[in-house]
Amino acid sequence: MSAALWGVLPYLAVVILLSGTIWRYRYDKFGWTTRSSQLYESRLLRIGSPMFHFGLLVVVVGHVVGLLVPESWTRTFGVSDEFYHGNALFWGSIAGICTLAGIVILIYRRRTTGPVFMATTTNDKVMYVVLVAALVLGLWTTVVAVYQGHDTADYRETVSPWFRSLFRLQPDVDAMAAAPVQFHIHALVGLLLFAIWPFTRLVHAFTAPLHYLFRPYIVYRSRDVGGAGARPVRPGWSPVGTADRERGGRR
Amino acid sequence: MKVMAQMGMVMNLDKCIGCHTCSVTCKQAWTNRAGTEYVWFNNVETRPGQGYPRQYEDQERWRGGWTVGADGRLRLKAGGRLKKLLTIFSSPVQPELADYYEPWTYDYATLVEAPLGDDFPVARPKSLITGEDTKVTWSANWDDNLGGASEMGHLDPIVAKIRRESEDRIRFEFEQTFMFYLPRICEHCLNPSCMASCPSGAIYKRAEDGIVLVDQDRCRGWRQCITGCPYKKIYFNHKSGKAEKCTFCYPRIEVGLPTVCSETCVGRLRYLGLFLYDADRVTAAASTPDEKDLYQAQLDLMLDPNDPEVIRAAREEGIPEDWMDAARRSPVYALAKTYRVALPLHPEYRTMPMVWYVPPLSPVVDLLKEQGHDAESAGTLFGAIDALRIPVEYLAELFTAGDVEVVEGVLKKLAAMRAYMRDITLGREPDGSIPASVGMTEEAVYDMYRLMGIAKYDERYVIPKAHVEDAHRLEEIGCSLDYDEGPGMYESGPLGEASGRPVPVAVETFHALRDRQTADQPASSESLRGRVNLLNWDGNGRPSGLFPERPPEAHPAAEPEQP
Repeated sequence: MSAALWGVLPYLAVVILLSGTIWRYRYDKFGWTTRSSQLYESRLLRIGSPMFHFGLLVVVVGHVVGLLVPESWTRTFGVSDEFYHGNALFWGSIAGICTLAGIVILIYRRRTTGPVFMATTTNDKVMYVVLVAALVLGLWTTVVAVYQGHDTADYRETVSPWFRSLFRLQPDVDAMAAAPVQFHIHALVGLLLFAIWPFTRLVHAFTAPLHYLFRPYIVYRSRDVGGAGARPVRPGWSPVGTADRERGGRR
Repeated sequence: MKVMAQMGMVMNLDKCIGCHTCSVTCKQAWTNRAGTEYVWFNNVETRPGQGYPRQYEDQERWRGGWTVGADGRLRLKAGGRLKKLLTIFSSPVQPELADYYEPWTYDYATLVEAPLGDDFPVARPKSLITGEDTKVTWSANWDDNLGGASEMGHLDPIVAKIRRESEDRIRFEFEQTFMFYLPRICEHCLNPSCMASCPSGAIYKRAEDGIVLVDQDRCRGWRQCITGCPYKKIYFNHKSGKAEKCTFCYPRIEVGLPTVCSETCVGRLRYLGLFLYDADRVTAAASTPDEKDLYQAQLDLMLDPNDPEVIRAAREEGIPEDWMDAARRSPVYALAKTYRVALPLHPEYRTMPMVWYVPPLSPVVDLLKEQGHDAESAGTLFGAIDALRIPVEYLAELFTAGDVEVVEGVLKKLAAMRAYMRDITLGREPDGSIPASVGMTEEAVYDMYRLMGIAKYDERYVIPKAHVEDAHRLEEIGCSLDYDEGPGMYESGPLGEASGRPVPVAVETFHALRDRQTADQPASSESLRGRVNLLNWDGNGRPSGLFPERPPEAHPAAEPEQP
């Protein structure tokens, strides 16, 4: 059981993530977008979206530091456990709460603003469930850590060694199995999130436009070769209509 | 000097009757799709008026275009790269649907489906965004023909500016006001701020003809281009999540046809042709410190296609000879540079727009006529252009960053042409002093008159075709060889029939033909993959799907024939 969960599943998730992303990029570049709904509503978006995204960036940095930097390294640099955990809890809670509050605002907006809700697909709804679950469970591990003290739930001795061992292709299943149950659930939901990632709107994160900082402002390109002629019908050419018209049929 | 070619357009505003045919045909051709209901690649605005989207010219609010910093360097008005990335999660300056309008349709089905009753059935307006009943409150030309101008005229950013800076006031009372129409498409700028704003680098300028396009596969919907474009001519397709813009009808231009808006223009007021420009000097020209010098700077970028030095440099850049010939016959170059009667729209945005306008003399003529003057005589017209400050100032705010003298000069040329040609038309002795008074020769005025008054189709539209050496690429067969999925990989996508990239018909036919030639059986559902394309059917057998399925018991042999 442990071997399947912590030895096989992570690799399965990574395979789905990578192959799914490559497939999506080859197959569906047209669908690769943020699917922004700012045109419909911007008052709540202006608060919720930056809160969520910046919070999430800090959360990602927190995960990278917590999972990749071994305990022995920080000790070598003289960082005390109390100081480390205090910081991790402090920044982690702030970022986590920001992210959660942000996404709550965004989901509220999505549900209550008519046009935004209309533009929400089933795919989006499933993604939101998994994303919020991962966030809440992540915060839950933090809450438990505060409540019980870090000694009983030190992920740096269980989760982190397991995570690093994954890269060595020799997963330390026992270390992860020894972690408290809240970490197990959080990790599983996290793996699920990575597995569905390429098939949701979350892909826009993979094309974060950092190259904008370095590219020239004016872009010249030669005429698209093989452009004209009997061109295939491109996506995005669906007819205008309302639900009424579809119900009534065309006549 | 790096010579590049640019397709440009000139619109003669005196001829625009505001019929919106260009807008309608453009919409039918390009934006009659879900997600683009509110998108007008071409729109016609009545000026004074708020324009579309409302008040888009108020750049203090919308932050479009470029600005020159204290160090003399050009920067985006909405902020640099870092600022754009930091505010990417919620774009700070972004028009909402309310700034355009909520597109709607009518519930026509009720008209034919309503049960019999005492009341007439009504086709209610339905929002195309929510699908709910809606109340129509605004559209792309709600203030057409100064509709509502007495209440809302002051909302025009240019009216507001003139009110602030001038002692005169624009009046909206009937008989004291003026108006004209302004058709607008994407400016296909030499220094496009939409392109500079795009974090993904999806917007590009075609090296051959300067047409600015959005790569739909690279656009990620960050929407910075919408903020960046001061003309608000990039729109967000809210269904696909991608930016879309006027394409200058490039598939038509490539084969030598005018754009749809030009082709269908009732007033025949649009001219299409080539400019040659010096790409190396664009940034320097756009950085000209004084806004009022920008028109001249832009004009200086346009190269003379008869200049041997330019011809040599153009050959070096590989511009084909037929394009050079087209550049020499270009009506847009003639109107913009030879006669200097076409002006760029809002040069102060520093984007170097390539759709130019001949400002309308009609506001002046109309006012004169209403006051009972002879609106065709040179003396009256010249005097009126000097005296009627308001229309002239308004035009100057549109076309020369407020430089009244340039607009006056153009209007006087138009007035001189009018007065000079009247004498010829009426068989009187032409008055050579009239052209001289605006610094033109009699021949030049006559040529200008021919171009503006009677130029036929092939004189108004001088469009060199995409070059013959490239022609094979423009045909579909060219792409079949390097078709992405490779031979044999042409079945429909994994998510069903319509998913993925459709296979070009030529590719499908090629494979079907080969299958047929090498198979020892008639075309079957297998080789046609469940689809029936009659072009590929060899007439043998009955591929499944060609006819509807028959119920098993209804076999002809078992069925008694009807007499």
